[in-house]
Amino acid sequence: MSADAIQVKAQSPTRGVAATKDIRKAFSSPWASIFIIALTVLWTLPTVGLFVTSLRPAKDVANSGWWTIVTHPHFTLSNYHEVLFNGGSGQSGGLLPYVVNSLAITIPATLITLAIACMAAYGLAWVRFKGSDVVFFAVFALQVVPLQMSLIPLLRFYNLGVHIGSVPIFPALHLGGTYYPVWVSHTMFGLPLAVFLMHNFISQLPGDMMEAARVDGANHFRIFRQIVLPLSTPAIAAFAIFQFLWVWNDLLVALTFAGGTPKVLPLTGRLEQLVGQYGANWQLLTAGAFIALIIPLIVFFALQRYFVRGLLAGSVKG
Amino acid sequence: MAASHALITASTLSTSAGKIGQVVAVVAVFFAVVLLVFFAAGRATGRFQRPLTIAIFVGPALVLLLVGLVIPSFRTFYLSLHGANSAHAPYVGFKNFGWAFTDPSTQSVLLNTLLWLVVAPLLSTGIGLTIAIVVDRMKRQALVKSLIFMPMAVSFVGASIIWKFVYDYRDSSQPQDGLLSQVVIALGWKHPPNWLLSHPLNNFLLMVIMIWIETGFAMVVLSAAIKAVPDEIIEAAKVDGAKGFRLFASIQIPSIRATLVVVLTTVMIATLKIFDIVRTTTGGNFGTDVASNDMYSKSFVENDVGKGSALALIIFLGVLPLIAYNVMQLRKERANR
Repeated sequence: MSADAIQVKAQSPTRGVAATKDIRKAFSSPWASIFIIALTVLWTLPTVGLFVTSLRPAKDVANSGWWTIVTHPHFTLSNYHEVLFNGGSGQSGGLLPYVVNSLAITIPATLITLAIACMAAYGLAWVRFKGSDVVFFAVFALQVVPLQMSLIPLLRFYNLGVHIGSVPIFPALHLGGTYYPVWVSHTMFGLPLAVFLMHNFISQLPGDMMEAARVDGANHFRIFRQIVLPLSTPAIAAFAIFQFLWVWNDLLVALTFAGGTPKVLPLTGRLEQLVGQYGANWQLLTAGAFIALIIPLIVFFALQRYFVRGLLAGSVKG
Repeated sequence: MAASHALITASTLSTSAGKIGQVVAVVAVFFAVVLLVFFAAGRATGRFQRPLTIAIFVGPALVLLLVGLVIPSFRTFYLSLHGANSAHAPYVGFKNFGWAFTDPSTQSVLLNTLLWLVVAPLLSTGIGLTIAIVVDRMKRQALVKSLIFMPMAVSFVGASIIWKFVYDYRDSSQPQDGLLSQVVIALGWKHPPNWLLSHPLNNFLLMVIMIWIETGFAMVVLSAAIKAVPDEIIEAAKVDGAKGFRLFASIQIPSIRATLVVVLTTVMIATLKIFDIVRTTTGGNFGTDVASNDMYSKSFVENDVGKGSALALIIFLGVLPLIAYNVMQLRKERANR
């Protein structure tokens, strides 16, 4: 289906123009333009306000709204220095360690999920076996199981192991305060969507190439590495961005499996605490929030094309 | 003072370097193991070759899904039938569910969740569809689309802080810093309320955050679907005399119905799991709590695992029809191939 989506994209200029011309006329009026411009401004303004406030001195923020910079432009970078290195208003330590935690959680959780998902997608699509369709449907259905269903049992599994009666089946792992539970949990929760999207793409690859390689004596592992992976780069890129943003922006998984330990808590978790602690010090809170926004925003704007392609692969049907 | 500051920075840097080193090592070991297994299994021959291949490709994903989602779901069901203290919790039957539907504060939580489920998906899909149609004829459509789509990249926590600032309240005698208060004062409402404390308005103000995030998603997906409607259908309808708005309502909308449903269900599922927005803005106070946040508070703050599990199960039952519908769609689609 991913391949379909890309085809749709390629065909759209010729198809779309003629098809929507008449409809466009019905909607084309100066009012429509004004409506869109107003909406765009409305959508952008809150973020602009956050950014502007993070650059204003504390005294100004306390005494006037951010829109007054139009008449009284006065900027400083001291808020950023404060939240990154000092923590601000009597807090110990800045945000820098949490930025590192976010990166340390996100990078393995993205790469490992992708690797396992690609393998499973290839297995389900090209090493077909009895029941592979059933397995695929089951994985697809798991997409919508709320995370909340597994948080408590999973946490107990990590901390207490598995017992039947008093016979231990699986030992307690004692991994509290490390990244491992967070990585593994993110991989588990990311897999249903990842397998689904990668399967859509990989199953559409030309079968003749695989056949030819098999005739030449290549086994599945070689075909996977040398043919399937290189051909799947667009889909891999699309899902990598997806998973990166999802893990970077996550709060629930982080709070549950890394909660309470500053050693592994990501930026979102720290920000959620700061909302309470910084109180009315908006210049600090906005600077902290902007630090959390900037990395996903860079990733997003740089790779927007792939991201949109990934979205479409997952949801355009018919 | 300056020296201690430098010391703190230096120690921060060295722990950070250690953490990044750990990450690189873990990723390297993972990929090395995968390659090694591939290499070893590639040499296998005979009867076991095929099962081994299947196990290596599909096995890791299945084990993780089983341990991470399938077994815990059954376990949650089991826990929901038991009392608070998890170690030797007594069996209580469906008492936790009875509590969820009769306890007044939980009733309001479930009511809020239902309200979120109806309002947020409908409005974000509606606004997204409108933009998708109107924006196509504008000159700078790429810019407009990027700006409206941007909130998708922002975390729910970040978005909540952005909007908490918009809703910030100050007494009307002081200079305002919240955009919303400033705007309504400029429009002539001299004494605006403390927005996030005014029930039931605050529920809708929080939904605005969700709509702000999800509209871009709806817009992009629907815009692609509209462009994919075949010309022949539109032409045939024109021959039959359909024009302008009628063409839109009676031809274009039905042609993208499947996509509309997918967008609606996707946003609904996201809404049902929403947790970050409520937690960051109001912490579930002032009558704004929803099921997923209450579930977290019950399980991890009040340590009442039974009630928390019951709430998780109620969330699950809420999405169950959506799962069934999506599986049916997928099967139909595969049958058509």
